[in-house]
Amino acid sequence: MATNVSVDVHHVTRVEGHGNIVVDVVDGQLERCEFAIVETPRFFEAMLRGRPYQEASHITSRICGICAVGHATTSLRATENALGISPSQQTVLLRKLNFFGEILDSHVLHVYMLVAPDFLGVGSVIPLARTAPEVVLRALRMKKLAGDLCKAVCGRHTHPVAMTVGGFTHFPTEAELRDLRARFVNMRADVDSLVELYQGLTMPDFERDTEFIALSKADEYAFIDGTIASTDGGLWPIEDYKSVTNETIVPHSSAKHTSNAGQSYMVGALARFNINHDRLHPRAKKAAEALKLKPKRTNPFFNTVAQVVEICHAVEESIILIDKLLERGITPEEPIEPTSLSGEGVGACEVPRGILFHRYEIEDGIITGADCVIPTGQNLANIENDMRAFVPTLLDQTEEEITLSLEMLVRAYDPCISCSTHLVDVNFK
Amino acid sequence: METPVAVKPKIAFFDFTSCEGCQLTVVDSLADHIELLSVVEIVQFREAMSERGEDYQIAFIEGSCTRPSDEPRLKAIREQADIVVALGACAHLGGINSIRNRQPLQDVRAYVYGEEAELFETYPARPISAVIDVDVSIPGCPINPREFVQTVKMLLQGRQPEPPDYPLCIECKSLENVCVYLRGKTCLGPITRAGCDAICPAYGDGCEGCRGIISNPNYEAMKAVLDWHGLDMAEVEAKTTMFLTYQTMNMDEKKENGHGH
Repeated sequence: MATNVSVDVHHVTRVEGHGNIVVDVVDGQLERCEFAIVETPRFFEAMLRGRPYQEASHITSRICGICAVGHATTSLRATENALGISPSQQTVLLRKLNFFGEILDSHVLHVYMLVAPDFLGVGSVIPLARTAPEVVLRALRMKKLAGDLCKAVCGRHTHPVAMTVGGFTHFPTEAELRDLRARFVNMRADVDSLVELYQGLTMPDFERDTEFIALSKADEYAFIDGTIASTDGGLWPIEDYKSVTNETIVPHSSAKHTSNAGQSYMVGALARFNINHDRLHPRAKKAAEALKLKPKRTNPFFNTVAQVVEICHAVEESIILIDKLLERGITPEEPIEPTSLSGEGVGACEVPRGILFHRYEIEDGIITGADCVIPTGQNLANIENDMRAFVPTLLDQTEEEITLSLEMLVRAYDPCISCSTHLVDVNFK
Repeated sequence: METPVAVKPKIAFFDFTSCEGCQLTVVDSLADHIELLSVVEIVQFREAMSERGEDYQIAFIEGSCTRPSDEPRLKAIREQADIVVALGACAHLGGINSIRNRQPLQDVRAYVYGEEAELFETYPARPISAVIDVDVSIPGCPINPREFVQTVKMLLQGRQPEPPDYPLCIECKSLENVCVYLRGKTCLGPITRAGCDAICPAYGDGCEGCRGIISNPNYEAMKAVLDWHGLDMAEVEAKTTMFLTYQTMNMDEKKENGHGH
């Protein structure tokens, strides 16, 4: 049994961005436990000031290569809310479809390439390609379809081209949509295999009750727009996000920390599932049942399992959206013009890692103020609280095992620290 | 570049200030060209793998240099690698990160971190070539997957990859895109380096110059295009502040010394 443990993981791997885990146990007592964000500060909010409003979505997609569509969509919604623009029905459908491309791309990357190697005892997906090629090929096939979906709608997933304030500058053809639909239908078998793979993996046994926060809508499992909802009760319009996020600066993190009702809260797939599970597609509900994911699940490792469920949801909903678009027919539309060139607006979306807010102040078409609150930043305080509860349960293990467990915990959150906005290294000090 | 590349060379990926979208594009490119994995050994790729090796011949670097502590890291990579490749606009040009160079650094820091600004070290954003010698640049935000694969193949054959040095308009015309000026938009195509398959004009948007300006831009022709469409150079200058702040601010200095365009 380790009474003195010092974990110092410098630059946690298989996460997007840079972070370090520092844990210091002296005589069996946890003295220090930090998840330090050493990503360089990015200063996007300052960079937006003085730019024309049309550039905001193109600049902010560069906050994150994985969530580029999510940032662009949230940015466009903030601008549109500021300038009195209501997007057309076709725009709403195309944005939702495009968004599922990103959810799929990001979740597939995480559940297969970033998390699965831990459970299969390898350091990356590359050795997996030799030992379990069918798993890797399946992951690549799914990722490719997600990428091709975004390509058809907006040019590319990183960084979207055709998404603009008030609509799109390019439209997919009906032939492209029909081709994508056929591939999504074929992907159901891959989704079933993914669910089977995760049925065979045992998540570490760790429960810690916390507050979960996600966007919610009455009639659908929310990804774009909605109302802020909490498992501790409470609903807030997105304009009031600051009263929920309560950002504070901590010295060991270039990403700000947040707290709402409790000391910290969790956002992401597990939060969405815990709040909106009854609005999942029936096939996704079945997947959740097969994976023993029931609300309210308080084991953070199940965030990855919730992502598997959302992959199933995204595949089914993409088919439904394509059918709707094909039924209406695609009309090349000019983007809707602003009704005013000055105003303030908030945009909110459930990007792969959780709830994202952008808020802009615009005067005469020029951005004069900006605020972006990023999901990983909102999870940081909760990750630290998890580590504080988790470490004492691990003290009978070796430092190496403790390090792996903590890395796996951090990885379960799918941290995306480039948004500092970056994430992980464990330091046993 | 004089050292011939060893059989099955070791390659490593590094990231500085960036969105890591170029590394993601690398992951997607390798997925489409799995054969490359059998001819190279990847020894470091933090975003995708836990193993780390310090013995590598080719280093791909994504991101800009934005703080003093980046410099020794960059120099150590240069020391180790035979070939250093700047991966994408942030490393190649400074890119989006350099937008902030137009504002006083103190204002930028205070706007985001308030009184706590001093906690996080930073300075104006620069391309990595401002700190170390760069052998090859793969331009773009993000990089073009086809160009990445082509560059890797050329490096493996011991050849020097050269990105195109002619304007995007040439590529765009050959793809038969409708000129975005005819759709009422401004486009940096006449002066920007080609090689991206003109993806922005192809998807209805003007070129934002993320691949950099060609070495011999014809500003007179650019002005003529703008005149034709009732626009002036101010529109172009505003657009070059998105990815090209580092270059245009240096150019501004040169102009004051009488060496500008």
